[in-house]
Amino acid sequence: MNAWLPIAVVASSLVTGIVIFFLPEHRRGVRSLLNIAGALLKLFFVGWMAVGMIRGETYESRFSIILGFDFLLKADPLAMLLVGLSSVLWLLTTIYAIGYLEGWKNRSRFFGFFSFCVTASVGVALAGNPITFFIFYEFLTLSTYPLVVHRGTDEALRAGRTYLWYTMAGGALVFVGTVWLHVLVGSVDFTEAGVLRFMDASLYPQFSIIFFILIAGLGVKAALVPLHGWLPVAMVAPAPVSALLHAVAVVKAGAFGIVRVVYDLYGVAFADARGLLTPLMLAAGFTIVYGSVRALTQDDLKRRLAFSTVSQVSYIALGVSMLGPLATIGGLVHLVHQGLMKITLFFCAGIFAETVHVKKISAMNGIGRRFPWTMGAFTIGALGMIGVPPVAGFVSKWHLGLGALGSGNGLVILVLLASTALNAGYFLPILYRAWFRDPDGPWDEHMPVRRAEAPLLLLVPCIITAALSLAAGLLAGSEWSPLALARIIASREYVP
Amino acid sequence: MNAALQGSLLAPFAGALLVLLVPEKLKARITLVVSLVTAGLALGVVREVMRDGVVHERAGGWGAPLGIDLAADGLSAIHLLMTAVVGLLLSLYAFYYFRSYDDGRKARARSLFWPFWLMLWGSMHALFLSGDLFNLYVVLELIGLAAIGLVILTGSREVLGAGMRYLMVAMAGSMSYLLGVVLLYGMYGTLDLGSLNALAEANPLTRAACVVMTVGLLMKTAVFPLHFWLPPAHASATAPVSALLSALVVKGSFYILLRLWFGVFADVVTPAMGWLLGAMGAGAILWGSYQALRQARLKMLIAHSTVAQLGYLMFLFPIVAGAMDAGGAYQLEAAKGTVYHVLSHALAKASLFLSAGLVMTAAGSDRLRDMRGLAERLPLTIFTMALAGVSLMGLPPSGGFIAKWLIAHAVLGSGQWWWIVFVVGGGLLTAGYMFLMLRSAFLERQDGDPDLPGRVSPAMEYAALALALAGVLIGIRAAGLLDIMMIGNPFGFTGGGL
Repeated sequence: MNAWLPIAVVASSLVTGIVIFFLPEHRRGVRSLLNIAGALLKLFFVGWMAVGMIRGETYESRFSIILGFDFLLKADPLAMLLVGLSSVLWLLTTIYAIGYLEGWKNRSRFFGFFSFCVTASVGVALAGNPITFFIFYEFLTLSTYPLVVHRGTDEALRAGRTYLWYTMAGGALVFVGTVWLHVLVGSVDFTEAGVLRFMDASLYPQFSIIFFILIAGLGVKAALVPLHGWLPVAMVAPAPVSALLHAVAVVKAGAFGIVRVVYDLYGVAFADARGLLTPLMLAAGFTIVYGSVRALTQDDLKRRLAFSTVSQVSYIALGVSMLGPLATIGGLVHLVHQGLMKITLFFCAGIFAETVHVKKISAMNGIGRRFPWTMGAFTIGALGMIGVPPVAGFVSKWHLGLGALGSGNGLVILVLLASTALNAGYFLPILYRAWFRDPDGPWDEHMPVRRAEAPLLLLVPCIITAALSLAAGLLAGSEWSPLALARIIASREYVP
Repeated sequence: MNAALQGSLLAPFAGALLVLLVPEKLKARITLVVSLVTAGLALGVVREVMRDGVVHERAGGWGAPLGIDLAADGLSAIHLLMTAVVGLLLSLYAFYYFRSYDDGRKARARSLFWPFWLMLWGSMHALFLSGDLFNLYVVLELIGLAAIGLVILTGSREVLGAGMRYLMVAMAGSMSYLLGVVLLYGMYGTLDLGSLNALAEANPLTRAACVVMTVGLLMKTAVFPLHFWLPPAHASATAPVSALLSALVVKGSFYILLRLWFGVFADVVTPAMGWLLGAMGAGAILWGSYQALRQARLKMLIAHSTVAQLGYLMFLFPIVAGAMDAGGAYQLEAAKGTVYHVLSHALAKASLFLSAGLVMTAAGSDRLRDMRGLAERLPLTIFTMALAGVSLMGLPPSGGFIAKWLIAHAVLGSGQWWWIVFVVGGGLLTAGYMFLMLRSAFLERQDGDPDLPGRVSPAMEYAALALALAGVLIGIRAAGLLDIMMIGNPFGFTGGGL
């Protein structure tokens, strides 16, 4: 019973994807039904697993593939963090995508790969050892590529090529690190508080090299500067894809991998003692500032959001790179918070682009009057990114700040402050334009009569994620909040 | 008397003769039936090996050193299995492919394809079942002749040129191999592999035999820089022929190389020789991939990819010739990974060449730029090509991943870590040319584009898909195949703790 549940969580979208591939293009109703059913089923399994875990059940599926390496899916609290985020956001993004792709070509192909993409992302979360992780990490690359190039234009294909070169190279590094580790210590499972610290001390120098190989490989997807080049380019993808890429799937797989490596492979105390965390902290800190600076000058809304992602995702790596439960909590909870806020922002950008073809920030003057709900959601997301209470982003930054002080990394506070100022610098002008300037765009400034401002399939998911971003901050103290889960994880990672 | 063992040799050769004699319209159907029987008998041998371990047979009642000894161990079984799967699906594909070849020169090409193909299949079986150096020589010549016959089927100027080059190299390779056979016979008075394994000593003359035989076999396997004959031959032949050349024929000579390096020459080879082969492999990966990346034609791209992929087979040799660890654990692992690469490359490459045939039928050309819009026209074929690509790139969960994992593991574990650069970098380069290929299929059609004229038979699409799926399946079910491979301990290592 408990062995098949993790498989069911992964399979619910895998099977959906396979079935959808074989669906004729015009069967829109069946396809939508399948998509929603698959997403609800996954959510149901995840909920079941969550309830079971609170009651003390463990969920683990293990298969031997060949000598000395297992395929292992395991639900631990850390896995639940990403699994929960993925399954909730998959449902919402699917609804959004059904509305967004109305009238496009090749929708069966799109939704097939879309389902695969979530399968991979959930697999990355549940992977119980480095090899299983690698399998899903590569699967993610393959399943997202067709989504990035879905438009089939020259620009999309060029972006796809850039995306592939980066992610395949990153995957190759993860492969080398994984194999090397396997040669040294055999098959090891991700274990809370780390496992490599128990190994022979003569291997430590090699562990250090492997650490940097792995982090470099994962850093590509996590968009650590200078490995971030693919992310702004991949913006040509359709909006739901960008939303998923930035919030749940690709960048999160990279960031989550870094979390796994530091905490469950090396152990944060061990990594700190070996001096491995400082370079990671420097890279993350630099990325946070660099991404924000680049975001300042982008006029294309999605590009500005993309550079904002570069910056924000590194908060996770920053939290991971400091020794101390508070920093850990800040990094982990941002995994969820950034996802909720960023997906809201991308949903909004997609609505503007689809309904009134506004893609440039300079064309957004007065857009709040035409889209009060959408722009309201955008505002919540943007304020959250800046770190304004009570939106979720504040909770992350607060813990990161406390963690920095607690671990004796006072300079990190400066990074956080600079980042906050820069975030404000590139988000507030958008809000100002949208709410306080008079409309002067080529689009119709009047709201449609007796209809919603945008198709409901697009608008509702967007409002829900905005509400969730707000709730995650307001109710951070409740025992069902992402913060509570992050606390549990952190408490388990620091057991001696 | 072992029915399956003898039958698996007899059926294809008898079938080849039969197909020569029957009227034109029966040839294709009879070939299909013979293919079924041959594949079935090969599976029978595999089952016997799984049940009884190594199977021996003295054809005609004469044993070594006079008669023809047949033997099958796990390594033979795996190769028989590979040939059966590829062969059967290939016959099915060819059955439909050659339907349109019904006038003049094309009709002649079609009627010659069937007997040559069955003769080649029979020779492959003979190769995997022989345990005698001279028999292997004869079989190698048979394979070469059948293969060249298949290349020049259509008789166009292009294939005749390619076939001529192929013939020259095949002859030179055979001569070089034969020279080594003569040297060994002069020294030890036997050609039976089993006896030679026991007798061979590490003296200069044996080493000379090792060098000339290895060079000859490397020529036939088309290992860089001895690969120059392969791309034109493989790219200009008809699609089914390209598939079987790339998937099976080059693996035949490599199979002998494996047998020799793990048998007669196990104590003769030096680290320097291993190094040289490893370096050739690295060169093959770089040069083959580089060439693949700059091709404008689909089949040339795939052919150059074969050159690159064969390079992966070479990293085994520096590990085998290098320092031994306890029980040869990493040597064994390298051998397993290498044979696994042989398998997964055979399936993926056959699938790719068959798909290329479909692309040519549908688009009327194999230029990459004429593939625009094919992703919508032939979604299944493009999907097949992507799936085969996954295996060639060595991504999970394909057979190529198992191979790459084992090879990379052995390379790092044996301390010769520098080869990892080529193992992993080669995967990236493969991704590069695979996506170059797929990219053209995903481009939108433009107004000036010519129509996509041809229709393709669904059976052909499914044959190619089945091969690609098999390439993924052997990744998921790797443990069973690796167990079969190790029956009779063909590599002579116990493997220690791994």
